[in-house]
Amino acid sequence: MSGALDIEAIRRRLATGDGRRFWRSLEEAAGTPELAALLEQDFPRQVAAGLGVGRRQFLQLMGASLALAGLGACTRQPQQEIVPYAKAPEDGIVPGEPLFFATAMPLDTGVYGLLAESHMGRPTKLEGNPEHPASLGGTDVFAQASVLGLYDPDRSQVVRSAGEIRPWSAFFQTLHAAMQTQRTKDGVGIRILTETLTSTTLHDQIIAFNSELHSARWIEYEPINRDNALLGLQAAIGTDAAFYNRLEGADVIVAFDADLLGSGPNALRDTRAFSGRRRPGGRKPMSRLYVAEPMPTVTGAKADHRLAVRAGDVEAIARAVAAGVGAYGVTAAAAAGPHAQWVEAVVKDLTAKRNSTVVVAGPAQPPAVHALVALINDAVGNTNATVANVRPFAGGREQVAALGKLVEDIDAGKVDLLIIAESNPVLTAPVDFRFAERLQKVPLRIRLGLYEDETSRLCHWHLPAVHYLESWSDVRGIDGTTSIIQPLIAPLYDGKTVHELLAACMRKDESDRVPTSYEIVRDYWSRQRAGDSTAFWRRALHDGIVEGTTGAALRVDRDVEYLPKMAESIPLGDGLEITFRPDPAVYDGRFANNAWLQELPRPMTKLTWDNAACIAPVTAERLGLASGDVVELRLEGRAVRAPIWIVPGHAPEAVTVHLGYGREHGGRVAEGVGFNAYAIRSSTAPWIARGLQIHKTGEHHEFATTQHHHDMEGRDVVRGATIAEYQRDPKVIREQGEEAPGAGETLYPPVRYDGYAWGMAIDLNACTGCSACVIACQAENNIAVVGKDQVSRGREMHWIRVDRYFEGSADTPAIHHQPVPCMHCEDAPCEVVCPVNATTHSNEGLNQMVYNRCVGTRYCSNNCPYKVRRFNFYLYSDWSTESLKLQRNPDVTVRSRGVMEKCTYCVQRIQYAKIKAEEDDRTVRDGEITPACAQACPAEAIVFGNQNDPESRVAKLKAEPRNYGLLAELNTRPRTTYLAELRNPSPDLEKA
Amino acid sequence: MPQVFHRSTNTFSRVSIFGFLFFVAAATYGLALLNRSSYVTEAGVAREQPVPFSHKHHAGELGIDCRYCHTSVERTASAGIPSTQTCMNCHAQIWTDSAVLEPVRASYRTDSSIRWTRVHDLPDYVYFNHSIHVQKGVGCATCHGRVDQMNLTWQESSLQMEWCLDCHRNPERYVRPREEVFNMAWEPPSNQLEIGRELVRAYKIQSLTDCYTCHR
Repeated sequence: MSGALDIEAIRRRLATGDGRRFWRSLEEAAGTPELAALLEQDFPRQVAAGLGVGRRQFLQLMGASLALAGLGACTRQPQQEIVPYAKAPEDGIVPGEPLFFATAMPLDTGVYGLLAESHMGRPTKLEGNPEHPASLGGTDVFAQASVLGLYDPDRSQVVRSAGEIRPWSAFFQTLHAAMQTQRTKDGVGIRILTETLTSTTLHDQIIAFNSELHSARWIEYEPINRDNALLGLQAAIGTDAAFYNRLEGADVIVAFDADLLGSGPNALRDTRAFSGRRRPGGRKPMSRLYVAEPMPTVTGAKADHRLAVRAGDVEAIARAVAAGVGAYGVTAAAAAGPHAQWVEAVVKDLTAKRNSTVVVAGPAQPPAVHALVALINDAVGNTNATVANVRPFAGGREQVAALGKLVEDIDAGKVDLLIIAESNPVLTAPVDFRFAERLQKVPLRIRLGLYEDETSRLCHWHLPAVHYLESWSDVRGIDGTTSIIQPLIAPLYDGKTVHELLAACMRKDESDRVPTSYEIVRDYWSRQRAGDSTAFWRRALHDGIVEGTTGAALRVDRDVEYLPKMAESIPLGDGLEITFRPDPAVYDGRFANNAWLQELPRPMTKLTWDNAACIAPVTAERLGLASGDVVELRLEGRAVRAPIWIVPGHAPEAVTVHLGYGREHGGRVAEGVGFNAYAIRSSTAPWIARGLQIHKTGEHHEFATTQHHHDMEGRDVVRGATIAEYQRDPKVIREQGEEAPGAGETLYPPVRYDGYAWGMAIDLNACTGCSACVIACQAENNIAVVGKDQVSRGREMHWIRVDRYFEGSADTPAIHHQPVPCMHCEDAPCEVVCPVNATTHSNEGLNQMVYNRCVGTRYCSNNCPYKVRRFNFYLYSDWSTESLKLQRNPDVTVRSRGVMEKCTYCVQRIQYAKIKAEEDDRTVRDGEITPACAQACPAEAIVFGNQNDPESRVAKLKAEPRNYGLLAELNTRPRTTYLAELRNPSPDLEKA
Repeated sequence: MPQVFHRSTNTFSRVSIFGFLFFVAAATYGLALLNRSSYVTEAGVAREQPVPFSHKHHAGELGIDCRYCHTSVERTASAGIPSTQTCMNCHAQIWTDSAVLEPVRASYRTDSSIRWTRVHDLPDYVYFNHSIHVQKGVGCATCHGRVDQMNLTWQESSLQMEWCLDCHRNPERYVRPREEVFNMAWEPPSNQLEIGRELVRAYKIQSLTDCYTCHR
């Protein structure tokens, strides 16, 4: 795949319809010989991994291994022990019976309301809390993968000072001495740096702290912050506010560089509401989504009209839209140039659908765009209808400015004691703050963190923090909904929470006991609620929501006297543009040591174990670059080396880099993966900068991308139409592929399924490609991580993959996502070729894979047209790390080397529900069984059930004319089927 | 040219050809026997335990119900092993200074588990569920044998897959009325097949032989 591609030729091929309608990469669209060679091998490059031995040696080895394998099978079961409780706990822990507890995970300014599955006191899996308004039962990759974070063997486990392991008491002594000095000075030298504050208890503690030590300062800083939205809204409506959308009421949604379905605190709720409005035949008509963005995101992929524009050009477009809808004080801007038609269509739709549209800007956009968006929403009547302004917690504070002030104070020698909780500023602070250098001027530096990372290395004391699954705390979401975070397990290591650290600071006497975070949180809430605090507390823990907090923050009344102002535009200058984005897998770097996330194919690039400088095909052509070329990105005199990745649909003359890689410290998984984009991110241009220079280095970087793996040779895969076409004639979907043969047209004897017939329907219309299902499946089914080298050989183990297809031109393609689990074919090609009957069919239609019978011929995988079978080429499962064993689902076998595995439809959940139903002498109810992928899906795109029951949701979906089977013409009779994707384009733009 | 081989070689070769076939057959049969023997299955081998707990005394002579200790057998996959607390319900009152029971008292005192030797151990890729078997009329003694007559407990059955399938294929041979499930002394009546078929119908017992029934 090396060597620059002839983009012009690809463009011609795609334009003339000579190539395919759907394509996955530019190489595929071009039909390059290298790719053809790659695909010839079923699994890319596995042949190259051969032993390179002669025939004789091969026979010797085979003979020896056969004999040894035979002998190895002669072992007897090792003697095991049964270790019951001495005194059984009262809450009825029974082996094999999971318990679920409500808790919550904070991230950014938001929260995931979660239900944690606990097996014998070990949390093994997280699900969304259906009662929680920010989750509604859905989760995303971060929440799903956080359970692995808990058991991460690289987490910091001990208190460390100057490289030495020390007891907590030694730290407390030092802290107490420092605090005693500060007390005499009213705390003037104390600075506490946290991440965005969302804990009400912590807020209360900080207020208490400040009321005693008035001059102490508290700073929030996260690299992915909401400064721009805050400043923009302050200008536009004159009050501190954040906003919150109700997409369920939106007929038209306009996203200005806002990945509202993919990231940010409202993503789960927005995804649910959005997908609810994309189904044909709903009570309300299908919504229409306009997106203007530089780098394709999952939101852009769902757009009916996606405009690939540079982030810095979005402001002009927003201004043109604002002028078009008559927003207050916005005068007609210059014509939006080539985007005039798009703007015109947006304006037309926004004015036609008053009160029922949503306009939103992303955190990377400057304050001016946020102000414009607020004014547009005002002008078309959305404010307080579909867009609610909400009171941000703790007033909402500018983070970059606050960090800048801290740096100034350090320079001025005003800071004696700096406590850094969780935040990792040495990595994430704007590079012009030279934080690492400044930090070392502070006389006493204390870091509380999950990992001994870049910041910890430069502090006097590193204190191990506890994971949210082992700590007491609370967290408040955007709309005010507050959840108590309750621990699922006692701290694995000797960690403390930030609550305990602050409480330790506040002790008057050194001999005072440091209260536990349970006491601190409990005490805070008993002060909040009069009356029966025990009943209240138990209820809050049980529900996962503190009663009466939902919606408490909604609707900020604005000052009617206030004249809206525009936030000032910041001129950007010319030249190549660079935008900085949180990574879809490692976020700002905090999840960099999570191997599930590192190995997750990123929704848009399908890269694993890497970040890249993403550029448009046309820009690559101009600069003579190919994917994998290592370049030096130079910005304002700083430089970083990064490999290029060409992304169809990227805005031209712009580069997008994702943050959070290139870690120097922070765990074995994180270190050395990707490049550190923070190295060129400054406080003046934290999101968008112009004047980037790209210099070729002549080096080449090998990416591990999954975009060519498991290719189905371009046979009809995704189907779709516009809503208008579909309503005119629903047959349009069926006609896009070959007809499946009739029921009798088979050589196999007919099989009747009289009882349950399990089936799955995946709605491509709802699916955003977020990949939460992939990680959920990994957590539920003990799926191993294989590492970058193995991924590049096509050996990733994910049972469900999300294929991403491009359609149309290389510059502005439509983007589709398609999750592909096992199809559970009724006439499964894999079953007939297995020589040892290790894969067979159940009488409920499940394609069964029996590990203990598999001898690893891989014939099944060769014969699978969907390429959903995965082989353990090596012992991928970690059988030795103790902490990782705790995470495993005890209901699923941990596979060994040499066996095939694949999606089981979560048969452990099927069996569990069936046994429960049998014991109650009834049949399994619809919805009682939810596979992990379906449960995690925030869009409810995956529906599972008994297709023999005509009243089941899955049977109803399969009866829709949108339903089609993948490669059904092969007569495999797949049980997993797809509902075609419908788009709702604007008639005006479609004509053009 | 003289003969290379003596005439007796003919006999020798015949014997060795047939002998080889016989040897292969005998070895196969021998291996099959060995595989089913208690050396491999460990059936019938009484286990040493930290406390010589006698089911014969407790369940047989004293008549304590199985479910007094194995509390979750009717509700969940696991039958449940009693906590030390359960032992101490009685042994706080009786045999309070028996030396044999010292490990039990020590466990209770120090809140540390008694480490019992496991008697029934299925391979890790097998997922067995007690509650559904109890619900469908499979008696404790059907699989576990007359535990009420065992001093030290042993595994009665081979626990091999063919043994499981024997019942899964022909449940009518083994099922009993639900009310007799915990009756250790219940013997199948002479018309077991007849009654069995009726129970299979009444309890909606399915003959589940799909791999995923037990393997995941």
